[in-house]
Amino acid sequence: MADRTAHSPDDTDIGRRGMLKCMAWAGTGVLWTVSGGVAQSVLVGEARASSAAAFSFVQISDTHIGFNKAANPDPIATLHAAIAQVKALPQQPAFVLHTGDITHLSTAEQFDTADQALKDLGLPIFHVPGEHDTLDDGNGKLFLERYGAGTKGTGWYSFDKGGVHFIALVNVVGLQGGGSGQLGDDQIAWLADDVAHLSSSTPIVVFAHMPLWDVYAPWGWGTSDAAPALAHLARFGSVTVLNGHIHQVISKVEGSLAFHTARSTAYPQPAPGVGPAPGPLTVPADQLRGVLGVRDVRLVEKNTPLAIVDQSLAASA
Amino acid sequence: MFVRPSPRALYLVAGFMLMAAAVVQAPRAARAAEAAIPARIVNFAFAPPTLTVHAGGAVTWTNADDEPHTVVADDGAFKSHALDTGDAFTQVFAKPGVYAYHCSLHPYMVGKIVVQR
Repeated sequence: MADRTAHSPDDTDIGRRGMLKCMAWAGTGVLWTVSGGVAQSVLVGEARASSAAAFSFVQISDTHIGFNKAANPDPIATLHAAIAQVKALPQQPAFVLHTGDITHLSTAEQFDTADQALKDLGLPIFHVPGEHDTLDDGNGKLFLERYGAGTKGTGWYSFDKGGVHFIALVNVVGLQGGGSGQLGDDQIAWLADDVAHLSSSTPIVVFAHMPLWDVYAPWGWGTSDAAPALAHLARFGSVTVLNGHIHQVISKVEGSLAFHTARSTAYPQPAPGVGPAPGPLTVPADQLRGVLGVRDVRLVEKNTPLAIVDQSLAASA
Repeated sequence: MFVRPSPRALYLVAGFMLMAAAVVQAPRAARAAEAAIPARIVNFAFAPPTLTVHAGGAVTWTNADDEPHTVVADDGAFKSHALDTGDAFTQVFAKPGVYAYHCSLHPYMVGKIVVQR
């Protein structure tokens, strides 16, 4: 239980394990606070982070354009609210990571609608597919036609920004019955090769749709072959893993690896194991935006942790 | 007095025989179509998880969740499109055997069709 929902600031104390030569940039736990009935997760040390960020980016996830059920009849409106919130940030981020489930049913129209809305950010957007983005007859062909330029395999790639090495992984294609997310041998071999030339002091950010750690196995909230993939990152001093899929903020720190899942901009899902199934969670309309949101990630300065601030949309409502 | 049947009458007789044959055949075809065994997808689970049908029988899955699901054979033998709320998918099982299947969006959702002779 504690293993999958480690929110304590104590988890940031990875120095005690003596594993890190460089603590330039590491993820931290997320502290939950509840204010006025609205749950928000705010990083310990947020104030410091917001003062002098050298470089920042935003994570948006699970926009689910095309969803129209009671949990949120208008996910386009909440996506626009999320975009407005990003545009209102005091320091504009360098780019946006979208951690998948852009659409609900992978139709060309839904991709078009999402692209039109996201264009309003005026920022580069880096995508990975969610399982909802690969429902076309080509098992993700539509996604790759739009976002796959320069990617390998089912859409994985890497790039360098602000001194950080970003790795986009795909763990939603070709899933096996009885399993969870899956990367596959080809992608893991590529990952090993991709990081082989990097110095161990290079900060790494990995992003993928499904959690790369076992958040809750009975609901398939994990990736079956995450361990052999992450083994290739074990030598790095700072690895931050950003995922979506479960429509809520859950974090865990394990040595030099910090795992974070993000909120959806469309609808919430239940906490792990709460209720019979992980379906869309309907909350009272006036509380919806309190459980949706975007994530602002800042590299502040050397020797300070990566600052992760999860903002609920209620802040802009 | 022997009356030789006209060609027209022979056609009629043949026609009646064909119709009779059609009448005999029709219920069998209709039975297969009507007898598609209903299954539900509810709360991220196939219900019931195991179903038994006779060879030539069919199963119709209907999605009762607010979340799309698919019905995909583990060996790739059949595959539905994404089924949104209320959508249905019917698969005919011609050959006896055991067919394991899952939802490709939520692969921990699994089911089994046992096809008997």
